Parts: sequence; C-alpha cells; structure tokens
Amino acid sequence: MRAERMRHDTHAGGAIGSLTPPSLTLQQGLWLLAAAGVTLAPHASYLPWWIIAACASLLGWRAWLLWQRRLPPHRVLLLLLTLACGVAVRQEYGHFFGKDPGVALLALLLCLKLLEIRRSRDVRAAVLLCFFLQMAVFFEDQSPLIALAALSGTWLAVVTLLALADANAAHRAQMRTGALLLAQGLPFMLMLFLLFPRVQGPLWGLPADATSARSGLSDTMSPGSISDLSVSPDIAFRVEFSGSPPEPSARYWRGPVFTRFDGRTWRAERPIEASTPFYTPSGRRFDYRITLEPHDQRWLLALDFPGAGAGAVRGDGAGAGPIRFTNFAQALLPRPLQSRSRFELSAWPGTATGLQETAATLTAALALPDGFNPRSRELARQLAAGAGSDAVILDRVVSYLSESRLTYTLKPPLLGRDAVDEFLFETRRGFCEHFASAFTVLLRGAGVPARVVAGYQGGEVNPIDGNLVVRQSDAHAWAEVWLGGRGWVRVDPTALAAPQRIEAGLAAALPEGEALPLMMRQDLGWLRNLRHRWEALANAWDQRVLGYNPERQREFLASLGFGKVDWPQLVALMSGVGLILIGGLMAWASWQRRLQDPLERSWLVFCKRLARAGHPRAPWEGPQDYGRRLALALPRQADELLRITASYARLRYGAGANRADIRALNRQIRNFELQ
Amino acid sequence: MPDRHADRLLEAASRVILGKEHELRLALACLIARGHLLVEDVPGVGKTTLAHVFARLLGLQFQRVQFTSDLLPADIVGVSIFDRETGSFRFHPGPLFAQLILADEINRATPKTQSALLEAMEERQITADGRTLALPSPFFVIATQNPANQIGTFPLPESQLDRFLMRIHLGYPARAAERALLMGEDRRRLLERQQPVISIDELRALQRAGQDVIVADALIDYVQALLAATRTDVSLAAGLSPRAGLALIAAARAWALIDGRDHVLPEDVQAVFPHVAGHRLHLAGDGRNVSPAALLRLLQSVALH
Repeated sequence: MRAERMRHDTHAGGAIGSLTPPSLTLQQGLWLLAAAGVTLAPHASYLPWWIIAACASLLGWRAWLLWQRRLPPHRVLLLLLTLACGVAVRQEYGHFFGKDPGVALLALLLCLKLLEIRRSRDVRAAVLLCFFLQMAVFFEDQSPLIALAALSGTWLAVVTLLALADANAAHRAQMRTGALLLAQGLPFMLMLFLLFPRVQGPLWGLPADATSARSGLSDTMSPGSISDLSVSPDIAFRVEFSGSPPEPSARYWRGPVFTRFDGRTWRAERPIEASTPFYTPSGRRFDYRITLEPHDQRWLLALDFPGAGAGAVRGDGAGAGPIRFTNFAQALLPRPLQSRSRFELSAWPGTATGLQETAATLTAALALPDGFNPRSRELARQLAAGAGSDAVILDRVVSYLSESRLTYTLKPPLLGRDAVDEFLFETRRGFCEHFASAFTVLLRGAGVPARVVAGYQGGEVNPIDGNLVVRQSDAHAWAEVWLGGRGWVRVDPTALAAPQRIEAGLAAALPEGEALPLMMRQDLGWLRNLRHRWEALANAWDQRVLGYNPERQREFLASLGFGKVDWPQLVALMSGVGLILIGGLMAWASWQRRLQDPLERSWLVFCKRLARAGHPRAPWEGPQDYGRRLALALPRQADELLRITASYARLRYGAGANRADIRALNRQIRNFELQ
Repeated sequence: MPDRHADRLLEAASRVILGKEHELRLALACLIARGHLLVEDVPGVGKTTLAHVFARLLGLQFQRVQFTSDLLPADIVGVSIFDRETGSFRFHPGPLFAQLILADEINRATPKTQSALLEAMEERQITADGRTLALPSPFFVIATQNPANQIGTFPLPESQLDRFLMRIHLGYPARAAERALLMGEDRRRLLERQQPVISIDELRALQRAGQDVIVADALIDYVQALLAATRTDVSLAAGLSPRAGLALIAAARAWALIDGRDHVLPEDVQAVFPHVAGHRLHLAGDGRNVSPAALLRLLQSVALH
C-alpha cells in the first residue's frame, strides 16, 4: 500500500523530482482549506449554482490531494482550468466588470490557487485572497451572521499564516495566538469604526443594488395582491415608540391611497404635495422612530396621522430629506426608498382629516366605471333609498356586510370580470382587499365619497427589545368614507367579518386549518421565541452598527465633547487615539517582557545601548562573536566588552546562573559607559 | 587538562598539514565526538595525509582500504578460510579490524561494499559466519570521496551519508601554506617521524570529557529553532532529523571542549553546523547538496534570543 502510493508520487511528481514531499504539511493544508471554506461559504447564498459546485469540487480535490500526500496537478492542467473558469464566468455574466462577476472569478481563483500551492509564497497569496473575499461578502449582505462568518474566516486565515510560519507548533497555541492577534486589532477596529469619517449612504452603493427587486405594497390593488404579500414573513419596518404604543386597533400605517377604480383594479392618483399637512393634528400624540426596509416607493408608511410638529420628522439614511405631506394624509419621501432608513416621527391618531375637502377630490371619490358589478350597484341603490344622510347609508352598508357573514381567508377563490359582485354574492370568501374594495364600491354606488387605503395594520411587539415589528404579512387594506363635518372616517370592513385580524393579527383571524407559513404559526412557541431573539439582535446590529452614519457620528462626538468636527479634525483625532492605542500595546508588550528572566533583560539593555552607538547585534550572532566584534570596533574598551559578553555567555549557556552572578553582570552593564 | 591535549594534537598536526587549522580542528572534534568523518575533495589536497597524521599522533592502529569497483565486502570485513591442520574454518579479520581506517575513494566501490563498511561504522561490530565480532575501540573511519560527478563512481545514498558525523572539504591550500609545502620536507618522511602526542587512554578521556560538556536549555532552544528552520524551508527536500540534531549537539560539545570551555555556546553550534548539516540536506528541486552559502543564509535566518 505504502510502496504503491510512493510509486504514484514519483509519477505525479513529474518534473519536480522524485519523492519530494509536498511543501504543505497536513496541518497547514487543513488550516488553509478551513479558511477558504469558511470564506467562501457565505458567498454561496448568491453565486450561481455552478460556481458553488465548481468551488466545492476544487476544494474537495485539494483536500483529497492533501490527504493522499500527492503533489499538486500539473501547471498546464491548472492553466486550462483557469481559462475555462474565466470563459464560464464571462458566459454567465456577459462581462467581467462589476462586483458579481468579480467576486465569482475571485472565488474560483482562490480554489485554483489552493491547487497550485508549491511554496509558502503561494499560501500567502491564497490567504490574501481569502481576506479580500471576506470583505467582498459585505457587498451582498451585512447581517450579523455574515459578519460572524467573515470574522471566523479572518481568524482561520490568521491561524493559517501562523501555521505557515511555524509548521511544528501546537494547534491550540496557534489558535490562541490567532485569537490574540485579532483581539489586539479590536481597539483599532473600534477606533476606526467610531472615528473614520463617515459617508452618507451605503458604502457599497453600486448600481446593481438600486434596481434589485424588493417586496412590498405596490401602487395598484386588485384581488389577490395583498394576500400574496401576506404569506411573506419579511420585515417591512420596525418601530420604537418613545412611550407606550397605541392600541393594536389604532395601528394603521398608511401607504398608497386608491381612488380610481376600473371595475377590477384600484389605482392611486397622483396626490397634491405640500410641506405641511393638510389637516391640523389634534388629540393624543405618539412619538416613534421607524426603521424602514427599502421598498422602492416614496411612501413613508407613517402611523395615522403624521404631523409636522416639533421634532415631528427627521430622517437619516439614503432617504433623508424634507418629508412631503399629501392631500390623502400620507407622508412621502422625496424619492423612492433604496436603502434601510430611519425616521423620527410623531402621530396624532385622533386627528380629523379632510374637513375642508376639495370638490375635485370628492367627485373622484364617487366615480365608478359603467358596466361593471351591476348587482352591487343595484344593492347600493337599495341601501341608499330613503336614507336621510350619508351617515345613515354608512350604517346600512356596515350592517349589511356584518350580517352577510362573509368568510375571511388567505386563499380566496379566483374572481372574474365583476369581481365585487362575485365576491359579495357568489364566492363570499375574501381577504382584506376584497372587503375594502366591495365596501368602497357599495358606498360610492350609494353616493357617499369613499376610497381604499392600503398599508400595514397591527404589528407584533418583540418582547426582547420592546420594538414593534411590522411584517409584510401585516399588509392590509381598509376604507375611508367622507362624511360632512367629520371629514374622512376610517372604516375597516375586514373587522366586520374577522374582528380578530385587527385586534390580534392575521394568524388569529384565519379560519381553523388554513395553512400558514412556518414562522407565523402560533403553536410553535420556541420557534417564535428564537425568532424574537434573532430579530432583536439583527435590529440592534442594524441600528447600532450599520446605522452608524454621519449624523450618529456627530452625535457620538458631541457626547464626547467635540461639538463640530470636520474631516481634518477627525483625522487628527483618529491619529491621536491610534497613537494612544499603539502606546498602550507597547506598554503591554514591555510589561510582558519584564516577566522574562532578569539575565535576558540586562543583556537586552546592553545590546540596545550598543545598537544605539552604531554596533547592533545581528539577530543570529552569539554573545562571544558579538563581544569579539565589539572589541575590534571599540578597542579602547575591548577588555570590558569581552568581560561582559563572556560572563553573559557563561551565565546563559553555562552550568546554571545564581542570583549573585546575575546581579554582578547587571552591575557591570549598568556601570559600562561608552566612550 | 584534557583541552591541553587537544591543543598539542592540533599544533603537531598543523605542522604536517599546512594552513588547514580549521579543518584539522573539525576532524579532531569529529574524533572526540566518536563520529566518523567524510572528506570530500579532488585528489591531491591531503585527504590521505590527514588520516595518516591522526593515526600517527594518536598512536592508533591504522589501516587503509583503497575502494575500487571490484572490492567485495569480504575484502574489508574478513574471510573464513579452511585450515587443513585443525580441520575447521578460521576467520581471517579484514582491514576493518583497526582503530583508524582510511576508506579511500569510498564512492568507487559498489553499493554492496559501501554498505558493509557503513554498517560496521554504525554498529561498531561485524557479523561474519554467524559470529559477531566487536571492532576495536576507539574506532574511527575517515572516508574520502571524490566529487560525485567523476566517471565510475557510486554516490552514497542519503541514508548512508547520515552515518558520517561530519563532512569537510580540504580545498586548495592558501598561497603561503602551499609555498611552505612546496619548499618543505617530503610529507611522507615528515609523517614517519611523528610520535604519538597523546595515548589512547588520554584520547578516551577526551571523548568522555566531550560528553560532559554542558548544554543549557537556552542552547537546546537554539538547536531546535535551527532544526525547525531546516524543516520549514521549502527549498529543501527534507529537514534535519532528530538524529542529525543529536549529531549537531555532539559535534558542538566536542568543538566547545577543544575551545577549552565546559559549556556549549551558540557559536560552537554555528561553527559545526555547515559540516554536520551540509551532507544531510538536499535541495527540493534536483536533490543536490546545499551550498555553503545557503547554509550560512539558513544560519543567519534563525535569531538567537
């Protein structure tokens, strides 16, 4: 067995020569493979499958070669493989520029480099590639898990370098040293994080990020559009109230307002914008801080109703800018939201809106397309007959809907041309958009101005950090009715069929046996708990680490007593703190050195003194040789120099040194003065 | 004073072999460390004389074996011959049964004969006709070797090179030394006049004293760092073995003793290192021996703390 393997070695060695062992030891190779594996693993989430497969098989090949103690494959084969990888990446992406093809190519090159390793320089190159790829993973994802993976990769890469420097050291010692090195880098990392001049916006604001698809509400609504969204457990936004949050039934987060109806689809009209609200906020005020996930739309999803009072609006992140208010009581961003942003807002849920509504708005809120939903319009006429006021009509519509016992479901049947008719009279099963749409059509048919509002309703308080988390599954549609003297009044028709939806959320409101996404299940308590913990951690990470922007930096520096700081001052501050840190580390190192034996210490003092005088000891030079060289260079003090070096040599390498001898040498060295 | 013996020996030897004090000192260190010596050089630079000198000055039984390609193991170990008078086989010891053996041009012999010699060097005994016979003590082999690229040679395999404690090169003498050599008396006659400087017992005492030279922990650290450096150097095919480490310390001890010290300094290790490690290290590429310059670089790459 052994002989056979050796024979194969000779064969595989080719031009390299016979029976030369591979230059990489098993231990070094394993560390390097681990570093490469951990570095590449997080990239697997977005790279094309064939690149992941290619990397995995190349790593596997390398591991097998290492295990079998075989030599790396021939250079020509590697060259061909590299060319093939390049062509394949070009085929996949169509070009070499940009981060995705770049990262894909680097990942493949790292795996190929591992196969090419013949000497320590190759290992260093591979480790450098690892470091770069660990950074590149943040182009794609900046979650705490990714940061943890990158940190582990960095640690493994450092340990690989340590294993390379000393192939015979113990694993544990090298792992400790690697961790210690990273720990020593920690203060510098913190210093750079806190003080390095921040730029507004995401650091990796590359074009591809801006156009990537994101989930969320859209500016049209047709049957099924919100129920599709409702199966997604993705977080839409997080809210941190400065006091207690409002009741669940008052948590309506306003998105698009739909006024135009074509018989099947509701569309948002272009609103009128202004810098102040179209209403006067009144009633109880709630202050909160909202962190929006990017949704590529302008709406702020503010809690009804946002106001421009003291400290009412302040945003940071890429969407920052003056907030606009619309005649539909919305708050809008100056431009579509492309990155996670945070805003400080206030809400006055008790505000009356639209008290002086324009005729154009009211007319638009009555329009219905001709020839659609005839049965509903007939029903509306019957309900309106003989009613004295709009309020009475509203009451009749509400009682009609609550008495007709419609079913609230996440999986409503498909609807045809006259969607409202089919929902009300045939299928009788629907989700919130069906309810809101049918309700609004009935009111309009009865001559009462009404519109559909979409947004989010409810949200779940994370018991770990107390933040309110609103998910895509909380997406909702409700209606608003305009009544003279009261303005726009919110009516939630879904509550008529399923009041639990408003009080306790979607999961509680759905009929028994309806399948829910795993994460929304109420019965898996431990899973929910785990998710709460994870989301609290991710939120803290988003707020404290990723959300550390120029403004936060200013706040932080102000809290340290640096009022207004510009770039040069920041750089100076950084240099100062850096020097302090370096000084601290050096002090620590010298304290460590103090723990060495006293003989060594006084010898170092002696060598240092002579080095300053221009006669440094070469690192490999023994004490006797050094003494002789010094005696030649400084003939006047030759005797003394030879005496000191000889007694050091004797104490260090002779039959054990006693304290008196060391003290005597110390004295000699102290008394020695260069002439 | 044992070290005075060493001084006297070296002084007498350098009267015969001119201008080669360092090499003579290395050869003596090899002898004190109970190792065997390999002298590698072109013919005519005094390899044979070196062996002769030590044999004369130490009063050792001397045998010279000229290695040729038709030399058989029995020619050096000895042979059993049937004795008519006693009616039985009698063992006639070969030239290996001497205290100092000059194995001249060892790389001219076939591997079979080479290995017979090298086995005897390692075991310090030989087995012939089922009987094990101890070789004399002290037993010191000085083998000479012409550079391997000459025609008709069998280079010694790596594992056998390891049996030699040191390998030295004599090289051409310096100009002044060569002049003195050319003008002076015939070396052979000079050699014949040499009387033993120390007795065999005194030599044994020297060898014992060499084993008592102190090796401090700090020195072991240094030797280990050197060994590790040879093992991590990717230009080398393989690093030094633990046996090579032991050889390095033994040689450094003898070197320190000749220098008149009771403890080994890093300088001693550095002095013997090129000669102890030189024939044990091979380049990764073509398997050639490491050059003296590369050995010096290796020494200088290991810091002394």
